[in-house]
Amino acid sequence: MPLEFEKPIEELEAKIAELEGFASSSGVDLSGELQVLRDRLAQLKADTFSNLSRWERVQLARAPGRPTTLDVIGGIMTEFVELSGDRTFGEDAAVVGGLAYLEGTSVVVVGHQKGRDTKENIKRNFAMPHPEGYRKAIRLMDLADRFGRPFITFIDTPGAYPGISAEERGQAWVIAQSIQRMARLRVPAIAVILGEGGSGGALAIGVGNRVLILENAWYSVISPESCAAILWRDAREAAKAAEALKLSAPDLLSLGIVDKIIPEPDGGAHRNPQTSLQNIKKALLEALAELKHLGPEELFEDRYRRFRGLGRYQS
Amino acid sequence: MALERLFRRRRAQGEARDIPELWAKCPKCDAQIYKKDLETNLHVCPKCGHHMRLSADRRIEMLADEGSFEQITGLKPADPLGFVDTEPYPKRLERYQREAQRPDAIVGGRCTIGGVPSVLLVMDYAFAGGSMGSVVGEEITRGIELAAQENRAVVIVSVSGGARMQEAALSLMQMAKTTLALDRLWARRLPYVSILTDPTTGGVTASFAAIADVILAEPGALIGFAGPRVIKQTIRQDLPEGFQRSEFLLKHGMVDQVVDRRQLNETLVKVLKLLHPRTVNHGR
Repeated sequence: MPLEFEKPIEELEAKIAELEGFASSSGVDLSGELQVLRDRLAQLKADTFSNLSRWERVQLARAPGRPTTLDVIGGIMTEFVELSGDRTFGEDAAVVGGLAYLEGTSVVVVGHQKGRDTKENIKRNFAMPHPEGYRKAIRLMDLADRFGRPFITFIDTPGAYPGISAEERGQAWVIAQSIQRMARLRVPAIAVILGEGGSGGALAIGVGNRVLILENAWYSVISPESCAAILWRDAREAAKAAEALKLSAPDLLSLGIVDKIIPEPDGGAHRNPQTSLQNIKKALLEALAELKHLGPEELFEDRYRRFRGLGRYQS
Repeated sequence: MALERLFRRRRAQGEARDIPELWAKCPKCDAQIYKKDLETNLHVCPKCGHHMRLSADRRIEMLADEGSFEQITGLKPADPLGFVDTEPYPKRLERYQREAQRPDAIVGGRCTIGGVPSVLLVMDYAFAGGSMGSVVGEEITRGIELAAQENRAVVIVSVSGGARMQEAALSLMQMAKTTLALDRLWARRLPYVSILTDPTTGGVTASFAAIADVILAEPGALIGFAGPRVIKQTIRQDLPEGFQRSEFLLKHGMVDQVVDRRQLNETLVKVLKLLHPRTVNHGR
């Protein structure tokens, strides 16, 4: 299913394919016409993807087929051993984590996990964690500290689950605890925003020495739909809200909220997952290399300073 | 004139409804309360015990030792995103500042509480529903850092609808910033007491308000992560009676005590004295 703004591109691609088919079956030479169309396609793609609105980027961030946490782990790490459960209440499939190697370095990894289809999305609760998901993350932060392993997170959630059971089990409390625990790590911590960075549920595993973001991912205090429902009293004004929230990767870079943008292939990460994964790997290795010379206390102080400086006000 | 006063503008929910001049009405039990009694009773209904909203200034009067409070807050908000919804953010800010008579949704200062040197930070619901943007986050962080430097306890009274949308991701970052600041306090073994009042939700609950050494809540306060309306929309069911109220949180192990406002000062002093390293000789 193409996104609304991708439709002209899909149409042109279809037309070119049709013409190519006709040319080869009939033997008529259409190379001149085809070249014109291919040029036009290249131009159209360039125009569309270099001028994406914030709302269009949000749609790309949610596009089916976009690499999920498990895709990224499977694609750029080896020997992954998944670790489950919070040792207190249960297992939350909306958060995955475990041990793996990244280019020979043993790391601890945690991320929100979206499903690939409706069935898996139900199992994963659409990547909206309950408290036990965050407790699992906290447990893995303990593990990373104890064994001195770099801690890597992948953020991709619409938000922490807003439900009765989640409130009963202290959703706010575990998010605060997770923020605090991650802040206290004495190992390098890197957070990568893969797709959706929905509010506190995202930040809970977002307190890295470096915070990286994919080109079309978003990160904000509220989703554009919920923001529109509150401020415009109409969720259909989400496009306006997305603009106002300045939730795109370039916005966040200029505010100092993220440190680096990881490029995506034209049309979004789902168009060419392999390239996307390699870009993520490269960025992670660079970030790890930057942090290599810092000792445990320096890593903590580096993270403290990074977040201490965020905010704009007048004295 | 009298008639006109009877039909005066609607009051925000949770405040005592006005009956001209001398009397107020409890929004919970409809009891008619002599306003002076309500004032001396710290805005708790003498009939049913309902806790009405209390201004930030009254909170300070109620908790800080008399004459000890020395204000440290005063930062002014900016409009870093150029945020415009149905009106520009700076216009909203002007209105909030006029209504609340302060630059942003927090006031705080050095003081003693039962003789214990403290930093007291109080959020103000009258300013944008006590929402947390850069100023609230920065003032709380500075307050905590100051307390760590000067060996003071920290007491934060929360009342907040959550993070402020108009500062978007910068508001979100205040959750991390304030939480990190608390580490400075831990390192010095200085106590931090969080007081949750009606309502405390969203990004404030999910950061500094929830990770105190001791958490006290006022009776009947709405406290949680997601607001009840959002939860109702998500699950498409009515919410159980008392859901997300202080007593519910006590039952589920999230707060240490639900304390009547009239006993709050006494309880707070006890806790601070028991925990603060310099209070061995600070008998009352």
